[in-house]
Amino acid sequence: MAVNTLAGAPLAPQPAQPGEGKRPRRRGAYVPYLLLLPGMLWLVVFFLVPMLSLASQSLQTGDVDNGYTLTFNFATYSDALGTYWPQLLRSLIYAGTATVATLALGFPLAWFIAHRSGRYKNFLLVLVIAPFFTSFLIRTLAWQTILGDSGLLAQFTAFTHTDFLLSGFKSVLHAVGLISNDQLLFSPFAVICGLTYNFLPFMVLPLYANLERLDQRLVEAAGDLYASPVQAFRRVIWPLSLPGVVAGTLLTFIPATGDYINSVLLGSTQTTMIGQVIDAQFLRVLDYPTAAALSFILLLLIVAFVVTYVRRAGTEELV
Amino acid sequence: MADQSAGDLILRQITKSYETFTAVDNIDLVIPRGSFFALLGPSGCGKTTTLRMVAGLEQPTAGTISIGERDITSTKAYQRNVNTVFQNYALFPHLDILDNVAFGLRQRKVKDWKAKAMEALELVELTQVARKKPTQLSGGMQQRVALARAVVNRPDVLLLDEPLGALDLKLRRQMQIELKRIQQEVGLTFVHVTHDQEEAMTMADTIAVMNGGRLQQVGDPGTLYEKPESTFAANFLGQSNLLAATVKGVVDDIAQLNVHGTEMTVPADLLPEGATEIWLGIRPEKVRIIGGVAGSESESLNTLSGKVTDVSFLGVATQYLVATSWGRELTVVQQNDGAPRAVLGSNVRLAWLPANCFALDASQDADAGADIGEDA
Ligand SMILES: Nc1ncnc2c1ncn2[C@@H]1O[C@H](COP(=O)(O)OP(=O)(O)OP(=O)(O)O)[C@@H](O)[C@H]1O
Ligand SMILES: [Mg+2]
Repeated sequence: MAVNTLAGAPLAPQPAQPGEGKRPRRRGAYVPYLLLLPGMLWLVVFFLVPMLSLASQSLQTGDVDNGYTLTFNFATYSDALGTYWPQLLRSLIYAGTATVATLALGFPLAWFIAHRSGRYKNFLLVLVIAPFFTSFLIRTLAWQTILGDSGLLAQFTAFTHTDFLLSGFKSVLHAVGLISNDQLLFSPFAVICGLTYNFLPFMVLPLYANLERLDQRLVEAAGDLYASPVQAFRRVIWPLSLPGVVAGTLLTFIPATGDYINSVLLGSTQTTMIGQVIDAQFLRVLDYPTAAALSFILLLLIVAFVVTYVRRAGTEELV
Repeated sequence: MADQSAGDLILRQITKSYETFTAVDNIDLVIPRGSFFALLGPSGCGKTTTLRMVAGLEQPTAGTISIGERDITSTKAYQRNVNTVFQNYALFPHLDILDNVAFGLRQRKVKDWKAKAMEALELVELTQVARKKPTQLSGGMQQRVALARAVVNRPDVLLLDEPLGALDLKLRRQMQIELKRIQQEVGLTFVHVTHDQEEAMTMADTIAVMNGGRLQQVGDPGTLYEKPESTFAANFLGQSNLLAATVKGVVDDIAQLNVHGTEMTVPADLLPEGATEIWLGIRPEKVRIIGGVAGSESESLNTLSGKVTDVSFLGVATQYLVATSWGRELTVVQQNDGAPRAVLGSNVRLAWLPANCFALDASQDADAGADIGEDA
């Protein structure tokens, strides 16, 4: 998916700048450009060309049987938006909620690993990425066995006689519209759980890298200058961890917006996300222009989001 | 300014143990309000640990800390009216200099924080960089910002953990004078940690010498230097010549000594209680070289003959090494006041006043603390 290629783009390590051009030309001055060549070729072949073909496809008319012709039919865009805006909006909301959840779970976890885990640090880091050892599909399916009506969660609460907690929790979820009946599975709640779980490492790892470098003595200095732990967090830890937070939220939010596996496996027809729509348009309905237009709309939305977000966060040096 | 501060800082039987290791061992200290107090000792002797306990960043294993009447042992760091200038400065990199200095004031919701912070920056002569970030400043400037950030809060006690350690020698001397001036100007209690004996002696009213987690001696620089109470203190602060001596008797408050066969005396009140075997100590600059002829000096001086084994010219003075008949080398420092210098290899007589000596119990290691004071 185009969306996934984009996710890496703003954060990919910047290729080294060729030496300060002011100096007199030396032998070997072209070496940096030669070194850049493979990367540039890669981007041209696998990013630029598909992007252009996608752009052209979104402006074509026709059908599979008779072929497509480029007619600059911008109506595809407005039609696609008009029809599928609920799915688009839903994708943004689910991805946003999941991102906030990964941040809330990931920050304390990353802090603990970075500063409190002592010699278990490496072990815990391996645990964070351990889910990657199994397939995305299987990991997501596992949530079916957890959230199902007679799944692990239900069995556990029955066994410990804490069913009342579970039903209390369910009524809260029901009240805020995250489940629509008594079922936990096949609901927005389950989809967000899946997204949160699957993208948690993408939040934890950049946060960890950032918090690890955060000098503990600055926290002590804040305490020394009358800041309670909460105030020290607000005035010192949080501002200093912003680059990590920005990197983590981008790495989580962007792929989560385009994700559709979680919705397919854990959701219902009421939780359809934009990724599912694009998938269906491309592979089942075979309406390529609409699929391409939707991909582009999603891409533009995400680029707009990234630009405003990074500006707002005011971090000149990302990561 | 210091009127609202609560009083003396008192440590009572403070001990800090880690699993297998006692970093600070049963320390008792009273640091008078408004004084410049130096905690001096070699690396790893527990200075930082002591300071951190006063700051509230570390909890003592045993003992109590109080400021005046108030016991603050279990008070959290952010509730203590104590500020620290950290060993590495620990300036907040995301805040500019003014916001760094104002951090504590704003935390306490002081209304005219901006004026007060600027005033503190004026004190350290850095008003012109108020809007710069810490990384844009030199080490010496960062050091002064760290000082301003702590001083501005007018704490009961200001803790400085080797604040000059990262500066080069010249800047360091300059900052020592600066620090002393600021302390006198604001009248706060300064507790200054250092392993540089010269720094401690030039700056502090009172010095506590620490070694291996214990206090060795507390006193004003003059007393510590002239009358050290342990071989560690004698060697760590400046240089000392220690001669093994046996006390033969006391006549008219004068103790008669035998130093490897040579008769010497020392005022009896300088003797450690009940000791018969002692180290007789004399500082290098108190020893005079009086030429080669025996018997020409006055009776009351302690004298010794020896052979010059090394001469080094120091500019303002000359330092000699003089080997005694039993092979111990004494260090002698003579002012370059125009008198002829002794020649390498010549036989000389050394003389000094008994009252300039100090006497230590011979059970201690004569070389304790000898080489640690010199480095860094
Ligand atoms: N958290 C800790 N766990 C175990 N031992 C510690 C701990 N902190 C300090 N120590 C030990 O306590 C001793 C005193 O440390 P401290 O930092 O107080 O020394 P210091 O006098 O400040 O030395 P320096 O001049 O090098 O700064 C050291 O031997 C150190 O190894
Ligand atoms: Mg230290």
